[in-house]
Amino acid sequence: MLYQITNKKQLSENVFQMDVVAPLVAQARKAGQFVIVSPDAETGERIPLTIAGADPEKGTIRLIFQRVGKTTALMAEIPEGGTLGYVAGPLGRPTHIETFGTVVCVGGGIGVAPLLPIATAMKEAGNKVISILGARSKELLILEEEFTALSDQIVIVTDDGSYGRKALVTEPLKEICAGAPKPDLAVAIGPTIMMKFCCEVTREYAVPTQVSLNTIMVDGTGMCGGCRVEVGGQTKFVCVDGPEFDGHQVNFDLMMRRMNAFKDLEKRALEQYYKEHKCKIGLDRK
Amino acid sequence: MPTNPEDLNRDEQQACLQQLLDKLAKDRYAIAPQPMPAQDPIKRRRTMTEVALGYTETQARLEALRCLQCANAPCMEGCPVRIRIRDFIAEIARGEYGAALAIIKENSLLPAVCGRVCPQEVQCQERCTVGKKFKDVNMSVSIGRLERYVADLAQGGGQTPAVAPPTGKKVAVVGSGPGGIVVAADTRRAGHDVTLFEAFHKPGGVMIYGIPEFRLPKAIAQQEIDVLKKMGVKIVCNFIVGRTRTIEQLMKEDGFEAVYIGVGAGLPKFMGIEGEHLVGVYSANEYLTRANLMRAYEFGKGSDTPITVSKNVAVVGGGNVAMDAARMAVRLGAENVYLVYRRSEAEMPARVEEVHHAKEEGVIFCTLQNPKRILGNADGHVVGMECLRYELGEPDESGRRRPVAIKGSEFVMDVDTVIVAIGNKANPLIQQTTPGLEFNQWGNIVVDENCRTSLKGVYAGGDIVLGAATVILAMGQGRIAAQAINADLAPPT
Repeated sequence: MLYQITNKKQLSENVFQMDVVAPLVAQARKAGQFVIVSPDAETGERIPLTIAGADPEKGTIRLIFQRVGKTTALMAEIPEGGTLGYVAGPLGRPTHIETFGTVVCVGGGIGVAPLLPIATAMKEAGNKVISILGARSKELLILEEEFTALSDQIVIVTDDGSYGRKALVTEPLKEICAGAPKPDLAVAIGPTIMMKFCCEVTREYAVPTQVSLNTIMVDGTGMCGGCRVEVGGQTKFVCVDGPEFDGHQVNFDLMMRRMNAFKDLEKRALEQYYKEHKCKIGLDRK
Repeated sequence: MPTNPEDLNRDEQQACLQQLLDKLAKDRYAIAPQPMPAQDPIKRRRTMTEVALGYTETQARLEALRCLQCANAPCMEGCPVRIRIRDFIAEIARGEYGAALAIIKENSLLPAVCGRVCPQEVQCQERCTVGKKFKDVNMSVSIGRLERYVADLAQGGGQTPAVAPPTGKKVAVVGSGPGGIVVAADTRRAGHDVTLFEAFHKPGGVMIYGIPEFRLPKAIAQQEIDVLKKMGVKIVCNFIVGRTRTIEQLMKEDGFEAVYIGVGAGLPKFMGIEGEHLVGVYSANEYLTRANLMRAYEFGKGSDTPITVSKNVAVVGGGNVAMDAARMAVRLGAENVYLVYRRSEAEMPARVEEVHHAKEEGVIFCTLQNPKRILGNADGHVVGMECLRYELGEPDESGRRRPVAIKGSEFVMDVDTVIVAIGNKANPLIQQTTPGLEFNQWGNIVVDENCRTSLKGVYAGGDIVLGAATVILAMGQGRIAAQAINADLAPPT
């Protein structure tokens, strides 16, 4: 059945992975692309999620998302065998993949998920892949196994030191950029603030850096302009011009503000939702 | 003067009738233009239901009697799809509403839509002899309202058009707006196997995401979609042609022999001024899509899509979309809604009725003003908009007098939300994914007079070709394209 969840896993407290039936998307998708999904076709909000992987034979795509607002909370509630309201895509321009030489892939938090297909494609194109994965703590680290398997070198960091090195991703990134030979390309995906600081590091060492942005969208096809960001002083739409951009050109400060556009409304919606569904959702919440 | 018409030949009968009509014409001029019944302006500020309620039967017949039945029917010349306006109005005057609708449907598939949203005062009604006589286009026969009247009467009871025996040929229609609906219907009628692709989760295009319920009820667009379904058109939502499947894949792998591209305009234009990235600045597309398609006005009560709760809103622009956004902001609870337009009201491209309704609902018109920059607070939220005052100078290439900024006239408007409604650019998605398809320098698809593109079997129409079009122009192109598709797919004779 279209949009059915065939496989669902909770990767950490608030991070979920699901395989969803969407055969045409599974066939067409390339690294770096995203889909628009909604938990409910009638009442649901449309949100963009990067495609973490796909199985064209089974006709499924893999989505990994963090429970942050009501929409993702609703999605987390849908059991295996249930269906999403809809999935539309793949959207955005695919990542430009070629043999650059050494590519350092930096993923923070949930950003590790969209990084996986890019790192995989970079490796398949013959690049040496160095991965830096970061999380707040050991429990929140995802996809370590997958990255270990594909990377030539891997560095794990946690904010609290509960696993790997106690550091932010920028520390090992700086060391790698300072090393000789320096990497030919960096790819950084994670919280906006992390991408901003990664770009500050790589700018210092003149390492070209791709970032993948996940802004607020409605249609995902260029029509609403809600996803606009400033890149190199120009207005760009993440959905049709991106989602990947030259990180050294992105105005992250403006982007961070826009990401909070509906924060209060979203908070209210989530609180109301939890109040109404307390008994159900309390089970997997701490 | 002979009194028995049976003694006259046909020509003499006609001449006699004309004499009588000429005498009647004076009396026809004496019939007052029938006003459109509308919801109370105060009450409707808080409801999404349709503002214009439609003529009563008496009103419709009186309005129809105002028509002079001109021999040359200048109104028809003003109609982009050449509806036999004079003839359908004559039927209404006679009380033959079904016959009137049948005449309209010869040329237009969506009379309930066009009766509501066509800019009649610059099309058919501009040419109306009655309006000319009074030197006032508002005195013209209300052709649009009459069209709406007969379309609404038939609501739901309209016949499903007959479909020719299967031809075995597949047609893909990309985009389910007014143009796509016409192409789907006309090619399906010819017996082709038609699939209508829509990127959104609901079909209907601009009639669903853009034009608000209070101007065009969703049920009307839905009826047209239902007719297509009954005719056997397949409707596939959540499908982005170019990305989910490319046009080349549709044709080479999926067996479609013709593809019509009617994807609409796409990218909203911004002004390129300081502060446009602040929180609280929307494109009209985003604001209206959240409110219409996603029903953000029911946020927390059945819809999960948020929209800013605003106190003071500035809408920039003077077209129908600007009016829609301003009136939507009123309904979403804003205390003050300002419509900021750099020319004067006379140059506004919006329909007269929309301007009138917006004013009735309390939208404050700030003409000859234009934003210079948008001001924000430390959190990046809009707290004001600095504007300049303008005056009108010499006419520009559009024939309208060019607005010229008055130096040093800056002032700050106290607003927390800014909605930019200054038009759209072409969507690049098809261009990015369709090698070989010819586009002009603005990114619009190049077509010939039959809506054929540079690629064999690919046709296009509506906003993606014309830049900024209207529902009726998109429909007109859809009809032309469908004729070309049907001709190209017909077996050689």
